[in-house]
Amino acid sequence: MYFGLSEEQNQFQDYVKKFLSDNVSVDEIRKIANGDDQKLHDDIKSGLMNLGLSGLLIPENYGGLGGDLLSAVSIAQGLGTGVGPISFAGSYVMTPIALSLGGNDDQKDKYLPKIASNEIKFGVGLSEYVAAREDSGIELNKGKASGKALFVIDGDDADFFILSDKGGTMFIVDKNDKGLEVIQLTTVDKTRLYLELNLKNVKAEVLQETENNPFIIQKVIDAGRIILSADSLGASESMIEKAVSYAKERKQFNRVIGSFQAVKHMCAEMAADLEPCYAMLWQAAHSFDHDPDEARLQACQAKSHIAEVAKMVSKKATEVHGGMGFTDLLGLHYWFKRIGLNRQILGGPELVREEAAELQGFNQ
Amino acid sequence: MNLEYGPEYEDFRAEVIDFCKEYEGISFENTSSKNISRSEWQKILIEKGFIARAIPKEYGGFGGETDIIKSRIIATEFSKAKIPGGMGGQGIDMLVPTLLEWGTEEQKQHYIQPTLHGEMIWCQGYSEPNAGSDLASLQTKGELKDGNWVINGQKIWTSTAQYSQMMFCLVRTEPQAPKHSGISFILIPMDTPGIEIRPLVDMTLNAGFNEVFFTDVTVPEGNIVGKRGDGWSVANSVLGHERGSLADPNATMNRLNTLINMMKEETIDGRRLIDIPSYRDRLMQVQGKVMANQAHSLRLLSSKINPGQNVKLGGMIQKLVGTELRHEMEALAIDVLGEIGTLYEETPRLKENGSFQFHYMYFLGLIIGGGTNQIQKNIISERGLGMPKEPKVQEAS
Ligand SMILES: Cc1cc2nc3c(=O)[nH]c(=O)nc-3n(C[C@H](O)[C@H](O)[C@H](O)COP(=O)(O)OP(=O)(O)OC[C@H]3O[C@@H](n4cnc5c(N)ncnc54)[C@H](O)[C@@H]3O)c2cc1C
Repeated sequence: MYFGLSEEQNQFQDYVKKFLSDNVSVDEIRKIANGDDQKLHDDIKSGLMNLGLSGLLIPENYGGLGGDLLSAVSIAQGLGTGVGPISFAGSYVMTPIALSLGGNDDQKDKYLPKIASNEIKFGVGLSEYVAAREDSGIELNKGKASGKALFVIDGDDADFFILSDKGGTMFIVDKNDKGLEVIQLTTVDKTRLYLELNLKNVKAEVLQETENNPFIIQKVIDAGRIILSADSLGASESMIEKAVSYAKERKQFNRVIGSFQAVKHMCAEMAADLEPCYAMLWQAAHSFDHDPDEARLQACQAKSHIAEVAKMVSKKATEVHGGMGFTDLLGLHYWFKRIGLNRQILGGPELVREEAAELQGFNQ
Repeated sequence: MNLEYGPEYEDFRAEVIDFCKEYEGISFENTSSKNISRSEWQKILIEKGFIARAIPKEYGGFGGETDIIKSRIIATEFSKAKIPGGMGGQGIDMLVPTLLEWGTEEQKQHYIQPTLHGEMIWCQGYSEPNAGSDLASLQTKGELKDGNWVINGQKIWTSTAQYSQMMFCLVRTEPQAPKHSGISFILIPMDTPGIEIRPLVDMTLNAGFNEVFFTDVTVPEGNIVGKRGDGWSVANSVLGHERGSLADPNATMNRLNTLINMMKEETIDGRRLIDIPSYRDRLMQVQGKVMANQAHSLRLLSSKINPGQNVKLGGMIQKLVGTELRHEMEALAIDVLGEIGTLYEETPRLKENGSFQFHYMYFLGLIIGGGTNQIQKNIISERGLGMPKEPKVQEAS
């Protein structure tokens, strides 16, 4: 019995952390967030892609590494620690899973190898299936899609998008389709891009296995939720580390603030609440890979619980830094906001808890 | 990640499940047809190696190897089958491991077997009126006179003292030595002349603990465990055992199921409590925490059998997180029951024997006892996160 990330998974995570800490300081994050340095952003993206992220979940016979979700979790934790400004959950986790489970052989042949080799990229918009806000929602009719998708993730440089109708049928649209209008949404989290798509009779390439089979879209959403939670976990870990080390340096009243119990107890509370989240997250990923009966409940509960803990951490860690925590200069807010976005995407805590209850037959 | 324990352990699990079937429905109540005494049950469990596993045969144990996976399997299957576990208490959980580590051969021979068999009940005499969180400032005095320890002073909050045959006690024997190195760990028979026990009723309205007064209480010199002045180290090795056992994840899971079943049965205006969205949402929040805790306990288990895995911080948070979670869970049960949730003791309309109120209060006691949760936060921040200690204040006003 071994409960935890394998040595290999830990190493992979360490590479990601190291790459980010060596190459992506807060100054770099700020330039990227402000859209000031496209070249820098591209270099960072390709640097991270060179670690092999794009093929991680693609089966070996399609040119990928054939990794499991737990491996992807280990990467996502690493990306979260350094607010890695790249696509991951949508393009490299949800997409390969959607295509592998939902696509036919032609579709797999056509797309999977090219995703692995980083020749093409997908954005993903499944928010309407989880909870359609405002006037969003897409109708599929004879191979054509019309409507709106909100909060499409990982849409930067995307060649295609995976979307779904309200029934959970997933389909691919081409970025260059004339009926497709792409609008950028500005959220608080500028480390990643969020889009609105307006579709008017756009050609929809349906993933056939997903027709009348909501199991697949649910599986894809579970994976997305677990990965977003991993990102928040990593971001929280990093915020606690920053708070603790700041508290050991900063002096007031002739002593380091880390010797004040109010400060120590905030740090202890953050650590105590975050610590069990690692196991919860890994177990959810493990169940996703190996224990389908438990997987959905665990994915929902991990999404909700980690979102709550991360929110608490993001607040307290900021408080430990005093006024400095509130500044753009220190840049702690990039972590704060990243956690804020992960919390809402693919269902906020109340929504996923309601799903968790439904799964157990609690609301009749 | 590998959650399989392997075929050897699955065979063992099957054996445990068979055992549980054999004893299904046993009870310590006289009224039950499957009535058995606690001490008989205790002996059966030891014989099987289900408890006292790694304690040598000569001291009354099973005489096997420590095997925490087997322990986990036993705890899980017993809990599923609602079979009572072995006896607990300060003697079995705390004193026995301490004697195994620090005791003389004679002490081991003399005390361990009767303790394991439930024939010798122990209480823990640490806290004093002026030495709670700051335990090392304790003042109960022990002087060596004519080959005996003569003890004077007072203990407080001593759980189960009124039913105990023995106390393991911290006593100041070296008044000149610095605070932490002047303490000794001494075993005291509770029927020694000069001991007076006054039960203290706690908020659950049980007399869970006591005040214990010592006037010239005299016990043989050989009743010391470890050397003179080693008492602090001896006691600390035991506190570790206690903290781990205060918030058992299997018990927490069972309680959650009790809560869920109650919320399916009870109604407001004919609507099941679980169908009321705000109640349901709180239930789901608590369930999330319970699931995180369950998974965490597996991670800790794993760290014990895979030496490379470092979960030091993870171990330190157990008492804090586990006791707060139980308290929160019982509070939820009371809230969803509303006025009905306030019923207690003997009364019409009582639910679950009043256990929600009882545990709500009991776990507040555990939040305070065993090193308060504020002290736990000091420990987590200082030893877990490496933050500095509070600077010493010269003189408290
Ligand atoms: C149910 C129960 C069973 C018990 N059983 C036993 C037993 O069998 N044997 C035994 O010896 N003792 C027992 N105790 C005693 C228990 O160990 C003490 O109550 C506990 O250590 C706290 O000490 P105190 O009550 O003196 O509170 P105090 O130490 O006076 O604490 C009062 C408050 O001050 C806070 N505080 C104190 N020091 C600090 C600090 N350094 N930093 C931050 N906050 C601080 C505490 O957290 C608490 O909130 C039991 C207690 C309970 C509640």
